[in-house]
Amino acid sequence: MANNTPPDHGRMIVIGAGNPERGDDAAGRAVVRLLRGALPDEVALVELDGEATALLAHLEDVATAFIIDACASGLPAGSLQRFDVSAEPLPHAAFSLSTHGFGLAEGIELARALGQLPERCIVYAIEGGAFEAGAPLSPPVAAAVAVTAKRLRTEITGGEDHGKSRHA
Amino acid sequence: MARKTIKVDYLARVEGEGALTVVIRDGAVESAKLRIFEPPRFFEAFLRGRAFSETPDITARICGICPVAYQMSAVHAIENALGVTVPKPIRDLRRLLYCGEWIESHTLHVYMLHAPDFLGYEGAIEMARDHPDIVKRGLALKKAGNAILSLLGGREIHPINVRVGGFYRTPRRRELQPLAEQLKWARDAALETVQWAGGFEFPECERDYEFVALRHGSEYPFNEGRITSNRGIDITPDQFEAHFEESHVKHSTALQAHRRDGKPYLTGPLARYSLNFDQLSPLAQTAARDAGLGISCMNPYRSIVVRAVEVLYACDEALRLIGNYEEPEQPAIAMQPRAGIGYSATEAPRGLLYHRYRLEADGTIAEANIVPPTSQNQASIEEDLRHFIAGWLDLPDAALRHRCEQTVRNHDPCISCATHFLRLEIDRGQ
Repeated sequence: MANNTPPDHGRMIVIGAGNPERGDDAAGRAVVRLLRGALPDEVALVELDGEATALLAHLEDVATAFIIDACASGLPAGSLQRFDVSAEPLPHAAFSLSTHGFGLAEGIELARALGQLPERCIVYAIEGGAFEAGAPLSPPVAAAVAVTAKRLRTEITGGEDHGKSRHA
Repeated sequence: MARKTIKVDYLARVEGEGALTVVIRDGAVESAKLRIFEPPRFFEAFLRGRAFSETPDITARICGICPVAYQMSAVHAIENALGVTVPKPIRDLRRLLYCGEWIESHTLHVYMLHAPDFLGYEGAIEMARDHPDIVKRGLALKKAGNAILSLLGGREIHPINVRVGGFYRTPRRRELQPLAEQLKWARDAALETVQWAGGFEFPECERDYEFVALRHGSEYPFNEGRITSNRGIDITPDQFEAHFEESHVKHSTALQAHRRDGKPYLTGPLARYSLNFDQLSPLAQTAARDAGLGISCMNPYRSIVVRAVEVLYACDEALRLIGNYEEPEQPAIAMQPRAGIGYSATEAPRGLLYHRYRLEADGTIAEANIVPPTSQNQASIEEDLRHFIAGWLDLPDAALRHRCEQTVRNHDPCISCATHFLRLEIDRGQ
């Protein structure tokens, strides 16, 4: 995508959604944790549990949003998908795995209906495999988390090194 | 007999995961079973062997929708075991925190999950396209609840500032003033919400529930009170397990609570309202009457109005608490561990939340028992379905399915600790 306008990191947010107590559902939050200290300071980093209205509140006055969530679309665990939802909805079925009846896909569409969706809104979806209470990330999802963090860092900074504490 | 089974992938607008199977035979409802896939007692096991001081942080993680309720029942039960009572400013701040959770949770349900049923929309997104200003009002009202949680709880989700004995940090009076300004707007919005919801059309359906809720002599119940019912129960929280029991039912991994004589009962907004109308603020009482409610409400479809009244009360009460707030000398009182058993019941948005902890002499948790409102309401929800569906059997499947979903949603079952979605199956036996 050709875009010569420099990114406005001050109006950019990276949101990791998921339940930290339910195995691979925590994948999005794990990505955000890896990115802490690795992005320009102006980029907001937020962890949410995936409830739609909380998501909406964080999209206010944002020009670019990156949202990372676990999904269950039938692909092998750890598969990574990227969706540009700026113009069209998420494939809903894959994201019904929210821990809420009113989750990520609904939050994005509610923002769109209210004219509050950021101009650029990208969703990274990490296919989960195990969602047991209290379980850690499964190995393929943990690997995908690292890959996703790296891809996001490249996408946001164009490869510039903003790392201050890249110990993860 | 020909068999016909209808399935949908998930029941939208219910917090969490579950499944509903309705079996209809020879023109009558044979059974209605709500299955909840709760991780069986994961958190109770997780708590064993942990220090009592860890309970607020651990129990807050049980539910992203009502973390304050879990924290409040936990700290009160531990304090009960340790034989301490917190000073009034701490008690008031806890009450304020609970106001925030009610505003947040109820507003989410009223606007995003329940209202579309009455206005003929598939969901809040479709409703937002036609009524953006109403949905924005709901979002802003919910945000006022978030603001209370952020200020007192340390953050909006899974608050971290609550501890046994008080808080890690208590706010200065001046910090509460911006919150008061926001809440004044929220109180107006909440009043508009009561008026709006009161104008919906409701099916004329009433049930003879046994309502169970806390009752306190001088306040609408959040954190404290006797456990009472409209059929004569009037006990302290330590007597809960003598009157109520949880048991496994075949169709659900979650435990289902009944009275010990096997009868179902209902907790939550309808029960609280009907047992405590006299304790609502004058503003909330007047708004309730103007919206067509009596001093009790047995129609579960009108629960949306009752929730709206409770949001109005929570805004009003939050403003009262902020106005009267005196900064405590210490953010928390010191606690000395000792062996003992502690009990507590508080009013989560969805209903009574009972906790019991047995502590070792060093303060380690030896045993934990948590009875959430949804497991208490599950049997009553099934009875609602059996009772009401009988009158709707001539509806087409799609319409009947929607009525079933709505009947479950009336009680805002929170099964999000169990995750995911509710599958629905209607078996007409055809």
